[in-house]
Amino acid sequence: MSLNYRCPEFLVERVESNCIECQACERQCANEVHFYDQDFEKMRAKDENCVNCHRCVVICPTNAIGIRKHPSEYKENHNWTAGMINNIQKQAESGGVLLSGMGNPTKKKIYWDHLLLNASQVTNPSIDPLREPMELKTFLGRKPSKLEFDEEEQIKDLPPQLELSAPIMFGAMSFGSISINACKSLARAASEVGIIYNTGEGGLHEDLRQYGENTMVQVASGRFGVNQDYLEAGAGIEIKIGQGAKPGIGGHLPGEKVGPEVSKTRMIPEGTDALSPAPHHDIYSIEDLRQLIYALKEATDYQKPVSVKISAVHNSAAIASGIATAGADIITIDGYRGGTGAAPTMIRDNVGIPIELALAAVDDRLREEGLRNQVSLVVSGSVRNSADVVKAIALGADAVYIASAALISLGCHMCQSCYTGKCNWGIATQEPELVKRLNPEVGFERAKNLIEGWAHEIKEMLGGMGINALESLRGNRLMLRGIDLTDRELEILGVKLAGE
Amino acid sequence: MVNRQEKVLSGCAISGILNRKGKKFSGREIIDSIALMHDRSNGMGGGFAAYGIYPERKDEYAIHLFYDDLEAKNKVEKFLNCHFDISVGEVVPTREISSIEDSPLIWRYFSKPEEQKLSASGLEEDEYVAQCVMNINSDYQGAFVVSSGKNMGVFKGVGYPEEIGEFYKLEEYEAYLWTAHGRFPTNTPGWWGGAHPFTLLDWSIVHNGEISSYGANKRYLEMFGYKCSMMTDTEAITYLFDLMLRKHDLPLEVAVKAVAAPLWSEIERMEVEEQQLVKSIRQVYSSALLNGPFSIILGHQNGFIALNDRIKLRPLVVAEDEERIYVASEESAIREICADPDKVWSPRGGEAVIGLLEGRSEIE
Repeated sequence: MSLNYRCPEFLVERVESNCIECQACERQCANEVHFYDQDFEKMRAKDENCVNCHRCVVICPTNAIGIRKHPSEYKENHNWTAGMINNIQKQAESGGVLLSGMGNPTKKKIYWDHLLLNASQVTNPSIDPLREPMELKTFLGRKPSKLEFDEEEQIKDLPPQLELSAPIMFGAMSFGSISINACKSLARAASEVGIIYNTGEGGLHEDLRQYGENTMVQVASGRFGVNQDYLEAGAGIEIKIGQGAKPGIGGHLPGEKVGPEVSKTRMIPEGTDALSPAPHHDIYSIEDLRQLIYALKEATDYQKPVSVKISAVHNSAAIASGIATAGADIITIDGYRGGTGAAPTMIRDNVGIPIELALAAVDDRLREEGLRNQVSLVVSGSVRNSADVVKAIALGADAVYIASAALISLGCHMCQSCYTGKCNWGIATQEPELVKRLNPEVGFERAKNLIEGWAHEIKEMLGGMGINALESLRGNRLMLRGIDLTDRELEILGVKLAGE
Repeated sequence: MVNRQEKVLSGCAISGILNRKGKKFSGREIIDSIALMHDRSNGMGGGFAAYGIYPERKDEYAIHLFYDDLEAKNKVEKFLNCHFDISVGEVVPTREISSIEDSPLIWRYFSKPEEQKLSASGLEEDEYVAQCVMNINSDYQGAFVVSSGKNMGVFKGVGYPEEIGEFYKLEEYEAYLWTAHGRFPTNTPGWWGGAHPFTLLDWSIVHNGEISSYGANKRYLEMFGYKCSMMTDTEAITYLFDLMLRKHDLPLEVAVKAVAAPLWSEIERMEVEEQQLVKSIRQVYSSALLNGPFSIILGHQNGFIALNDRIKLRPLVVAEDEERIYVASEESAIREICADPDKVWSPRGGEAVIGLLEGRSEIE
C-alpha cells in the first residue's frame, strides 16, 4: 500500500496525568483510534482514524481526552481550501464518488438567522403561557374550502387528518440507515408526545407496529417493505419523490447493512444492496403521480392522508401546485441543508435551494391559486431549534420535520460519518455491538424531552406575539422582519425589513 | 388618501344600541353614550353606523364616499355612473365644528347596479356591489367608500366621536340600530377613512383592540378575492364575517365559533355531536380565528353581534331593558342613557351576544 497523502483531520489529545489506562476509549471506538501501547505502557491514538464523534471524550471516566482540529494547516488559500485538497486526495486514492453524511455543512447564508420575530408592547398584551391557554394543536390533511352540511344539517365529514400536539414531526429515517434502537426511541417518543415519526424507506419493523397511530409510512422509489399491511399500519402515507440532501438521485443501502432484520423488514434478500432508483419508475410526470396517490388512497379506503415529499429545487412552487391538484393532502418540502445517512458530497453541497425561500415561494403560489387551504405544507431541511419552527410557521408552513435534531437528542455528535456504518453512538449503524449502546428506554425520554422543550419555547414566543393558537401564526409574515437581506430576498420571503 | 396604514394600532371605546321592536330614535343618545367615554379616545377618530335611516330609499345601495379632491370625485363618479344607476347623488349634510378640520368632500349616492353590467358580470347583486366597492378603495387614489349598505350609513372622521356626531348632525337622523366608536390610535393619525366603523354592504364593524392574527387572516381572505392590502385589521374582521355568512352561507353561531374558537380543552368536554362540529370549524376555518385583544360590535340590518376575544382581553358590557339592548366598553356609557336597565352583564370571552330585531331569526 502506498503512502496515504492525507493529513489527519483531528488530533486526539490525552492528559497523561489523568489517564488511568482503563482502555474504555479503545473498547468504545469502532474506528480503532485508541490502543494500548505495550512498549511505552500507555494509551496512544491513531489520529488519522478519528472522525471526532466525541464518544471517547464522553465515556472517559477521568476526562483525559480532548479532540481538536489537527493543527497542521495547508498554506493559506481561499480558493484551494483544505476540504478541496483532501477531497482530491481521497478520490485519487479510491477513484470513487465522494460520500458524506448528515446535511450540507458549507458556509452559505442561513435565512432563519436573518429573520427576527415580533413581540407585543402596550397596545396588545403579551400572553403568559403559564397562566393562559396556549394552543399548538395542528391538523395535517386536506380541508375543504368551506364547511358543508348535508340535507339533515349535519356536518359533512372532513377528509382524514393527522392530529399533532405540536407542529413538529420526526423526519424520514429508515430502519437500515439508522438502528432499530434509534427507530424505537423516536417512535415511542412520538407516541408519548402525540406527534408523528416517519419510517423512511425502510419498511416497518414488527416492534414498531404498536406505534401505528403515530407513524407516517413512506413509499419511495425502491418500494422497500411496501405491502397492504404496511400501508394500513400507519396514520398517513408519504410518497417520497426527493430528499433535500440529494435531490435528483436515489439511495443506496450497502449489503453489509442488510442483516436478517433489515432484510425481513425491507423484503429483500440478506446481504444484497438496497438500491432506490433516482425516479419512481412508474412516475415520469405529474399525471403518474396522481395515479400513485389515488392507488394508495384506494388501497387504504381513503382513510389515510397522503403526503408527497419533494426536495426544494428551483421550480418547487410550480411542482407543489401540481402536487396539490394531483390530489395530495400534504406537501412536504425538504431544503438543501437536509440531512442524510449518505449522499454524494457534490450533490449534497451543490444541489437544491434553501428551505426558507422554497417555503415562501410555495406558500405564495398555493395561495395565488387558491389551493393553500386544501393541502397542508410541511417543511424540513435543517430546522435547528424552536425559533426556526416558529419562523417556518410564520412563513407559511403547517408543521416541520426534524431529523438531525432528533438524532442529536439521541446522542449524535454530528461527526457526519453515518455512511461508514461505524456510529459509535449506536444510531447510524447495524453492528449489534454498537446498536446496543443506544438504550431505547433512555433514547425515547431524550427525544420526548426535546419536543416538550421546544413546545414550551414555541408557546413563550407565541404568547409574546399576543397569539394563543398556532394557526394565527401560520403564514402571518407580519410577525417576521428581515435583517441583512436584499430587497429581492425580502420580496421572495414576503417579509419587511427590520425598522419598517 | 394619505396615511393608509396596513395595521392600525389603537385602543378605543365602542357603544351600540338596538331597539328590538324596530322603533327608531335619534342619534342623540348614542352620542351621549360614546361621549361619556371621552378619555378612551384621543381625538384622532370617531364614527357612527346607523341602520334604518333611509326608509324612502331602502331598496337602493346608499354609497357614502370620501374624496380628497374634485379630481378623485370626477374619476369615481365616472366609475359609479358606468356601474350603477344613480337616483340621487348629494353632499352629506354637515355643520361647522371648530375642532373638525380638513374634512374631505363627503358625498352619498343612492344607486342600483346597472342592469347590463350586472348580468354581464354573472355575479349576485351583493357580490357585484362588494367588488365595485373594493375596486374603488384599492384603485382610486384619493377616494374611499365609507359605507355601501341599504337603508344604512356610516358617518365618521378625525375628531372626538361626540364632535363627529355634531359635525354630521346625527341628532337629525332616526335609526333602530346605532353603533359608535372613539379611537385612540398609537401611530400616525389624520386619515378620515381610518376611523371606524368599517363596512362592506350591510355590515359595519366597530372594534376596540388589535388583531395579532391579522397577517394570517389577511392572507386567508386574499385567497377568496378580498383586497385587504390597504385596509386595517378591523376591515379584515368585516370581510371574515362577509365570507362566512354571505359567501359560505354558514349559520351565525358557526361563524362566531370560527373567529372566537372554543379552546381545545373545552372542545374535549363537549357532547360528541357538538364536538365534531366545533372541531371541523377549527380545522376548516383555522385561518379565520381572530387572535389578540378585541371587543367588536358587528352591525347588520337585522341586528348586531357583540363579541370579545376568547380570553377577554378587552372590556365589553351588555344591558337590556324592555325594548332595547345596549353594548359598550364601559357600563357607565350604558347607564348614561339608560339609568336603570333590567339586566346588566359582562359576557365571557368568546361568548357572542346576539341582538336581533323581533321576528328575525338570523343575522343574514
